[in-house]
Amino acid sequence: MSLDIRLRLDYPGFALDLDLALPGRGVTALFGHSGSGKTTCLRAIAGLEPAVRGRVVINGNCWQDDAQGIFTPTHRRPLGYVFQDAALFPHLSVRDNLDYGRRRIAAGERQIAAETVIELLGIGGLLDRRPARLSGGEKSRVAMARALLTRPRLLLMDEPLAALDHDRKQEILPYLERLHDELEIPILYVSHAPDEVARLADHLVVMDAGKALAAGPLGETLARIDLPIRLGEDTGVVIDAVIDARDEPWLLARAAFPGGFLWARDGGHALGQHVRVRVLARDVSIAHDAPTRTSIQNALPATVVALGDDAHPALTLVRLDVGQTPLIARLTRRSAHQLGLCPGMNVWAQVKAVALIG
Amino acid sequence: MLTADLNAIVLTLQLAGLSTLLLLLLATPLAWWLARTHSPFKGVIGATVTLPLILPPTVLGFYLLVLLGPNGPGGWLTESLGLGLLPFTFPGLVVASMIYSLPFVVQPLQQAFAAIGPRPLEAAATLRATPLDAFFSVVVPLARPGFVTAAILGFAHTIGEFGVVLMIGGNIPGKTQVLSMAIYNHVEAMEYANAHTLAGGMLAFSFLILLLLNRMQRRPDA
Repeated sequence: MSLDIRLRLDYPGFALDLDLALPGRGVTALFGHSGSGKTTCLRAIAGLEPAVRGRVVINGNCWQDDAQGIFTPTHRRPLGYVFQDAALFPHLSVRDNLDYGRRRIAAGERQIAAETVIELLGIGGLLDRRPARLSGGEKSRVAMARALLTRPRLLLMDEPLAALDHDRKQEILPYLERLHDELEIPILYVSHAPDEVARLADHLVVMDAGKALAAGPLGETLARIDLPIRLGEDTGVVIDAVIDARDEPWLLARAAFPGGFLWARDGGHALGQHVRVRVLARDVSIAHDAPTRTSIQNALPATVVALGDDAHPALTLVRLDVGQTPLIARLTRRSAHQLGLCPGMNVWAQVKAVALIG
Repeated sequence: MLTADLNAIVLTLQLAGLSTLLLLLLATPLAWWLARTHSPFKGVIGATVTLPLILPPTVLGFYLLVLLGPNGPGGWLTESLGLGLLPFTFPGLVVASMIYSLPFVVQPLQQAFAAIGPRPLEAAATLRATPLDAFFSVVVPLARPGFVTAAILGFAHTIGEFGVVLMIGGNIPGKTQVLSMAIYNHVEAMEYANAHTLAGGMLAFSFLILLLLNRMQRRPDA
């Protein structure tokens, strides 16, 4: 089970050159700045960019292979596509929009119950409305439901949250997390927002100028400090953890991961629940000795793995390992020099802020 | 009202109705192509389609007469197909009217198609619609105001034609004598009362068409 994607495009001023082998399930984020080729890549996989040459094989089904002269037109590819602007049909009600794709698949394929999808995305109350009377967040959810009702083998999402303000984003993210948890099919998710990626992705492809700079599991790829793409304030890692204790009087919960644990504000998670912990590099500092008499609640024994460049020459990124779990710290070069940091050194990582996501 | 006048009115409505219907069928694919193509021929074809808009109708009628006459390639073609010669017949009038009104039907359609853009079609394709299916289930309903405008303009413009009809149709009562021709005849014969009836009717009709068009352009939903 895998997605085998090879794409080439040579236009003056824009070239795409991708060779990706992606996991056949879970959410893979295509991440990069605008103009990095993320959307073109997604459109090419959907067959909407006939000028792109290459090979697209989705879990064993070949959709395009120019070497063999195979090109399946978009309407015969079993995919769902959520456009950035939702692209609902303005002349149809929400109900008819949902039925549009559903009516066009083979009757035997329609096992997926419309009610389930409508409930999953919380759009039951909107069915008789016209798209013009929906909010941005509602449009996105209808577009997702419409795509899912065609029973796709691959879901392609092109920045479905980019057009939304912060509050609308927070409204949609839980639905996306539910899709992630409940769908068996692979999802390719284009985004330039690090917080969405940290929350939703299992796998990450970092793109720049039409090329993939890195591809791999989310935690591993985020922990790389050698990538020339700069996330600035968003540089940091995402750790898979389990809630294993709570300090109820102080409203804190403890998230355990291989190599240690972190205390965070209690988000109402149950004991034993899997969570993602996001730790930004700017919130990690380094000390030689176990810190005492400090306000910082989380201090972890760690090993320095490498030092790398940051956006500003005064700063350096330090890659640490806490057990097997990677962490990144952002320090000034002067403090790294004064501490005498070098690979292999045992230090203490102090974590000032921790966010439980998902 | 005189029988000849009534005949002229009926003939005019038949001519305009049939021409508009055939034009919509012809202009829809043409306008679709013009709205979407990047072909180098787009400019030439687009200009050719627009030509009847600026040519004096008599010029258009004259060339059609030459083209479709017994010595023209069009005439040779219709004769070898067993259709006979088109000038001075009703089918000849239909052909001439279609060419004369072509830009009035193509342009509203082309603009409507261009305004829709590629996105709804792409969305339809990802929802398993074939291109033809997407055209009828998405493009046609979205371009409805364009179709209405095209039909009304094509119909109204055909009703008002004179020069082309005179050249290609002659002025044969009951056969090729249309409304504008009948008015001309009445005026020539100093029958101003009869001319008034027809001309006044035309005036009222044209005004109503424009009023209707104005109404239609206000989109119902949106």
